Amino acid sequence: MDTLANLAMGFGVALTPYTLFLAVCGCFLGTIIGALPGLGPSNGVAILIPLAFALGLDAMQALVLLTSVYYGTMYGGRISSILLNIPGDEPAMMTTLDGYPMARQGRAADALVISGVASFTGSFLSTVGLVIVAPILASIAYLFGPAEYFALYVLAFATLGGMTSNNQAKSAFAACLGLALAMIGLDNGGMPRFTGGNPHLLGGSDFLVAIVGLFAISEIFIFIESHGKNSALGVTLGKLSIPWADLRATFGTMMRGTGLGFIAGILPGAGASLGSFMAYMAEKSWVGSKGRFGKGDPRGVAAPEAGNNAAAGGAMIPMLTLGVPGSGTTAVMLALLMTLNITPGPLLFKEQPEVVWGLIASLFIANIVLLIMNVPMVRLFVKILMVPPWVLMPMVTMVSFVGIFSLSGSYFDLLLMIGFGVLGYLLRKLDVPTVPVILGILLGNAMEDSLRRAMVISDGDIGFLFSTPIAVGLWIFAIAGFLAPLVLRRVIKKPPVPASDAPLDLD
Amino acid sequence: MASDRILGLVTVLGALAYFAGALQIQTSFLADPLGPRAFPIVIAIGGVLCGIGMLLRPDPEPAWPGLRAWMGMGLALIVLVAYAYTIVPLGFLIPTAIASAMIGYLIEPKAAQSAVMGAGLSAVLFIIFKYGLGLGLFALPRWLMG
Repeated sequence: MDTLANLAMGFGVALTPYTLFLAVCGCFLGTIIGALPGLGPSNGVAILIPLAFALGLDAMQALVLLTSVYYGTMYGGRISSILLNIPGDEPAMMTTLDGYPMARQGRAADALVISGVASFTGSFLSTVGLVIVAPILASIAYLFGPAEYFALYVLAFATLGGMTSNNQAKSAFAACLGLALAMIGLDNGGMPRFTGGNPHLLGGSDFLVAIVGLFAISEIFIFIESHGKNSALGVTLGKLSIPWADLRATFGTMMRGTGLGFIAGILPGAGASLGSFMAYMAEKSWVGSKGRFGKGDPRGVAAPEAGNNAAAGGAMIPMLTLGVPGSGTTAVMLALLMTLNITPGPLLFKEQPEVVWGLIASLFIANIVLLIMNVPMVRLFVKILMVPPWVLMPMVTMVSFVGIFSLSGSYFDLLLMIGFGVLGYLLRKLDVPTVPVILGILLGNAMEDSLRRAMVISDGDIGFLFSTPIAVGLWIFAIAGFLAPLVLRRVIKKPPVPASDAPLDLD
Repeated sequence: MASDRILGLVTVLGALAYFAGALQIQTSFLADPLGPRAFPIVIAIGGVLCGIGMLLRPDPEPAWPGLRAWMGMGLALIVLVAYAYTIVPLGFLIPTAIASAMIGYLIEPKAAQSAVMGAGLSAVLFIIFKYGLGLGLFALPRWLMG
């Protein structure tokens, strides 16, 4: 009952005409961003954060706008997967496997409707799951002291690094790089570190500048290198009708995909890409030889879409209750909350319930809006997909520049952003994951702070870090999460990447 | 192979420099048991280990672009830096049009098409940013507008 009352309060905060308008705008923009190859959840949300501030939105309005964008990108990614065989973003990769064959058989409209409904099922049910699980986890998180938090941060880096790269040394390097950058500026005791006497650096590295640089500006270089081969040409869409028979037939698939995706989302470091991968593979083995997977089976479209959208909801749970994001996009959402002066964690549920429940309510609103946009109105987005890269990329550049510039008004930040763009390009070519870098910059100071507070409490005894069962458990998970991929990689093969294209964007 | 070895070497050297930098940090009189040096030192040690890991077990060589693509990306970098320096003194419209056109041209080398796109994009974005979002942008150099 308590939960329902809270939810009602959330809707009271989030459901004003203006926020509803923002939700519609956010869903629309998000679907476009998700659908366009080269723009995905993390860089799409990242370039819009500075603009949300420039608009002078208050915290609740900014949250509604950007969560709508986030969920919208998760819906939009499937459009180009199905029509072009190019995933609009990485989580939508699995959807190409059956979505594109369906489109070739003249069933593009059916595939879009089925995947739209699957997206809705996945994200709606996982938001319900979020409502149930988050308060429980928040009450457990109350027991966490500095030692537990430090172990939790280690866990986040270990599992995220383990999942996102093929080379453990490289993902650990990415985390170290992010942490090293986070140390720049004044420390908690007010001592300047690594500033080289440059007053611009005293305030530390602004994570928004780093995010936009690493995710958006680096994409420009990737496109110049490839000469934008991934353009949309000659897409046709037949008559749009609702394939009720297919929807009934794929109902069970959507439920299974949702369950798996939700769990994948909660696990730190896994995120939406793993959710859709797990959902697809599980469905394929569940159906067995009866299925026509890879040749245009509707279940092959429903499973990964339910999975990746469910994971998007699940990934919000550790981010909101512990302040530790599990994926690239939730790291960007954390950056948003921190810029709004909202500190996620168990205290948030006690002290600012209107923010938490307003956010959750806005997720429900976004889902309804997105279902309406993505099923009857999908034709509109197919038109927008025709934007060629030589228009899209300059647009992304200019929006990034204006956004960052309007945030701080300094040349220095723009140059820093370009620098991060070059760094991001090099890291991506060298197969070093960029998400741990962002996570390091975001969490570095909090991580150091918890370590130092733990040492104050114990008067410098390192053993204190391993003194409670929760902390020891987290350390064990961290070590297992970091080492497991080494073993698993021998057992499980990598998901088949569509021949036309490599992943464009990190989850 | 070679790329990863270079990355590993750069990482080791960078981490050692970071280590040296960490030792230079002044400690404040508000001493806690750990102080401001310890965590950066731990990071530096982690960095050295990662660098050694990359030196010892490098991945296969990535597909580096050819000389032309490098030149294109270098040009894009110059355009971006120049854009960052000119957007305020020269106003929004002119630098945006030029920078957009250049980046568009680098992605698809068709001069006329890029020039039209640059001009159009610059005007459309200006209207959206200035009148839609209410940002305080200047259209033209301020000395022209008096």
